[in-house]
Amino acid sequence: MTIDLNAAFESGLQYFGKMTASISHEIKNVLAIINENAGLMEDLVLMANKGRPLEPERLTTLAGKIISQIQRADGIILNMNTFAHSVDEFQKRIDITETLTLVVSLSNRFASMRGVAVELAPIHNPIRINTNQFLLENIVWLCLDYAMDEAGHGKRVVLNAEKVDNAIAIRFAMPEGVTGDFSRIFPGKREEALVEILAGDLSTHRDRGEIVLTLPTEIKN
Amino acid sequence: MKTRILLVDDEEDFVQVLSERLKIRDYNVDTSFSGEDALAKVKNHDFDVVILDVAMPGMNGITALREIKAVKPLTEVIMLTGKATVDTAIEGMKLGAYDYVLKPCDTEKLSADINKAHQRKTEHEDRIREAKVRDILVSRGV
Repeated sequence: MTIDLNAAFESGLQYFGKMTASISHEIKNVLAIINENAGLMEDLVLMANKGRPLEPERLTTLAGKIISQIQRADGIILNMNTFAHSVDEFQKRIDITETLTLVVSLSNRFASMRGVAVELAPIHNPIRINTNQFLLENIVWLCLDYAMDEAGHGKRVVLNAEKVDNAIAIRFAMPEGVTGDFSRIFPGKREEALVEILAGDLSTHRDRGEIVLTLPTEIKN
Repeated sequence: MKTRILLVDDEEDFVQVLSERLKIRDYNVDTSFSGEDALAKVKNHDFDVVILDVAMPGMNGITALREIKAVKPLTEVIMLTGKATVDTAIEGMKLGAYDYVLKPCDTEKLSADINKAHQRKTEHEDRIREAKVRDILVSRGV
């Protein structure tokens, strides 16, 4: 079977664009909050100049809110940086927990917009695999995106990973069942192309509300 | 009478601080953290201007705008967007929004927009009132 490289290439670009647009939106929100807190400090100082007493505790609270937003922005930028570097090497040894944590973090805004809670089940023993990090992130996102649609508003999608012999299984479980419309074809061309490049397998189990992505621990060139 | 504003955004910290800044500027401000709650408030209260975030979980800003205009067509809506693109905001203006403001916003510009939007609402209300008076006078043969 020939790998549809165009589908994989298109999928990668779309994923990168979608995530960076979401990140920039998040950063804009953080900047807006910092902007308003700094503006309110300025308002309070202007009012103090006109004789209204300035409460130091109020300024401390506002400064605290600014610091908290800077920490939030720092987390967003750290994720953005890790995500950007995932295209550095075609193949490398990666930690599955770290990768899933990153994909879930990047997906939080999309989950929140759909009213879906995404959870990552604890992975007790570290699982490391040799694969293409960016393509893995892409296929995990596509599975998660589909699972969120299937789960529907107010429901959960729980991710977990386990090592099975020379492979790993990443499960996207919808414990409250599936309620979404099933209008999308899944797996589609993009998912099939990515799974093929990663030498994996993707199966959907609507009866038990689960999508299972299986990948080898060592991908061959 | 103070301009009555409903500020709608799912970023609670943003809403709390901006509403305080608008109150300092002598506006009467109510707040909502979702499109659904905003719509319920618009149905039950009279606001002059609604400042509405475009991207919110649940009912998004565009749907909320459509619903607000359906129940209170004279209420002016200023769209608030964190996106650098203006496509969604322009879509909002096609649906009747007065204007759009990009985040982070300049509070003085926002304040000027609120005043202009309120002015437009007042002019619309005056025209409707005058038309009603004219109709009454015509019906009485005056």
